[in-house]
Amino acid sequence: MNYISNVLFGVLLIIGIGFFVNNIQKIFRNIKLGKSINRNDNKLQRLKNMAMIALGQSKMVKRPFSGFLHIIVYVGFVIINIEVLEIVVDGLLGTHRIFQPYLGNAFYGFLIGVFEVLAALVFIAVVLFWLRRNVSNIKRFLSKEMTGWPKRDGNLILYFEMVLMSLFIIMNATDTAFQEAGVGNVVSQLVAPIFESYSSETIHTIERTAWWIHITGILVFLNYLFYSKHLHILLAFPNTYFGNLKPKGQFPNSEAVTKEVQLMMDPSADPYAMPEEGAEEDVPEKFGASDVADLSWVQLLNAYTCTECGRCTSACPASLTGKELSPRNIMMKTRDRLEEVGRNIDDNNGTFKDDGKQLLNDYITPEELWACTSCNACVEECPVSIDPLSIIMDMRKYLVMEQSAAPQELNMMMTNVENNGAPWQYNQQDRLNWANEE
Amino acid sequence: MNVPTMADMMAQGKQPEVLFWVGAAGSYDDRAKKISRAFVKILHAASVDFAVLGTEESSTGDAAKRAGNEFLFQMQALMNIEVLNGYEVKKIVTCDPHSFNTLKNEYPSLGGKYEVFHHTQFIQHLISEGRLEIDNTTLKGKRVTFHDPCYLGRANEVYESPRDLIRRLGVNLTEMKRHKGTALCCGAGGAQMFKDAEKGDKEINILRTEDALEAKPQIIATGCPYCNTMMTDGIKFKEKETEVVVKDIAELISEANGL
Repeated sequence: MNYISNVLFGVLLIIGIGFFVNNIQKIFRNIKLGKSINRNDNKLQRLKNMAMIALGQSKMVKRPFSGFLHIIVYVGFVIINIEVLEIVVDGLLGTHRIFQPYLGNAFYGFLIGVFEVLAALVFIAVVLFWLRRNVSNIKRFLSKEMTGWPKRDGNLILYFEMVLMSLFIIMNATDTAFQEAGVGNVVSQLVAPIFESYSSETIHTIERTAWWIHITGILVFLNYLFYSKHLHILLAFPNTYFGNLKPKGQFPNSEAVTKEVQLMMDPSADPYAMPEEGAEEDVPEKFGASDVADLSWVQLLNAYTCTECGRCTSACPASLTGKELSPRNIMMKTRDRLEEVGRNIDDNNGTFKDDGKQLLNDYITPEELWACTSCNACVEECPVSIDPLSIIMDMRKYLVMEQSAAPQELNMMMTNVENNGAPWQYNQQDRLNWANEE
Repeated sequence: MNVPTMADMMAQGKQPEVLFWVGAAGSYDDRAKKISRAFVKILHAASVDFAVLGTEESSTGDAAKRAGNEFLFQMQALMNIEVLNGYEVKKIVTCDPHSFNTLKNEYPSLGGKYEVFHHTQFIQHLISEGRLEIDNTTLKGKRVTFHDPCYLGRANEVYESPRDLIRRLGVNLTEMKRHKGTALCCGAGGAQMFKDAEKGDKEINILRTEDALEAKPQIIATGCPYCNTMMTDGIKFKEKETEVVVKDIAELISEANGL
């Protein structure tokens, strides 16, 4: 009879994890729609960055208050998950607190004590986070892209965490044997008196219910990640590993363009030459990006990693002066479009069917793209090494090189550079005049 | 003033110690030309054997690249590299962080490998080599704030060289609330200098000027000709021209040393 619950638990676990793995595979497939880019150099530095930025939260603490709260939630999340291991083993074997005899009462009690304290701290931190999002007037949580689903999503995650932490404490508070042993019930002993008046039968039922909802909640939360902005808890690690290691001011040079320019400048090149026999017909590469598949896989990984904290937008000079551009929104729109493309592939048996839409115009407008000063403030701010600027620049490249759709003044500037080697209309022969003025 | 060109040098069979890359602003913009001249005075004072490309210099292509025109950028880059390599240039100094960034980071993979310095870094070297001293009495006690150019600061993480020079002037350096990594852009980068801003509720240079004015400076120091223009315009907009001046660090040094 007892086996029913074990089997039920096993099935729950398989469904929960199976569904999650299936969704992760979809994310992986979608990211691979991006163009190749080599981010496998300098592995030691990459590991170091991942250790410092993702594991060590080095950029989170640049804003001390939210950084501190985040570290509590992060540490709590990682450490309390050790307890989930016991819960899973108990659930599968039908045991109760299986690690207790192995670890010894004192050490086990110490561990649970730590988990309980962390759970309480996480609860407090999450409540503060909720207040920051909903009560304090913090501009980056009130921007136009943070209405509707993104706002609900942010709050839902906080509710999830509040409920999970509460269940963990309630579960311990109603575990009569655990309370009587009195080791490690640092926080739950304060909650236990609430249940004192109930019969031991009822208390046990509450304990079992809390236990089941807790583990089910964890599995639901795991699967909720896929639909939410919260994937950063997993993707922050690869994202910081594969981040850009070059100076932020260095924008990549397109090799396809180099070949063409070199050919143009080579006096011995014959522009009418036929391609050599057997030479591959060069399909001219599309310059820049107008849709997600034109971006690199790192840029797509960036989009999935973004947790919409808005530090980028709060530092962006264009956003700060009321322009349409918000670097966070660039990341959110890139992910929205990528997910749309992904669903399209799912619906059409694995191949993308043209839907007449693209990232440019349907999601990101030229007005946003042209408002960027390329100042790198967004890149500097991002706590998980996301590079919104690279997407903006790739899309500008498409606008200019494929569509000749630069603002008129920029066309004039470029014509001047072409004709007289300066962005203004001055004669190149006057370039040294400054030396003799004064 | 005596500004030798690489062509002159070559004709005399000489190779200068360093090439001064003047940049488009430093060559043509009236305000920026003063920075070029101030820097040349410093080079002369430190007896630096330098030369410029003069009429052989052309746009680095920075603005074109940031405007999305990779083709024009690479045309400019390959053309400039041909000239620079032809003169066997090894070392370049420039007062323009945009040229600095492009020459230093974006030219190497196209065949242009040089040791590139921003003028504040170069002046720092001159001081450490004992070739130049900054007079710390002339501007003593003046309240100065420094605006970090994006392409010097965040783009290349050069934060200390300009500050070191400012401190050597004996002035009172007060930081803005947003400085170094969190410094706000002046609004000129990414080819914005050459176009009107998109619709918004404020100009970026006004916001940055407000940042600067909060530090109550008498001098706003910069290290970029474009930032200089933006901040100067901002000060005019705020009608503070009589109280606050915008100066390049090279100008401050040249002024302090009475050059």
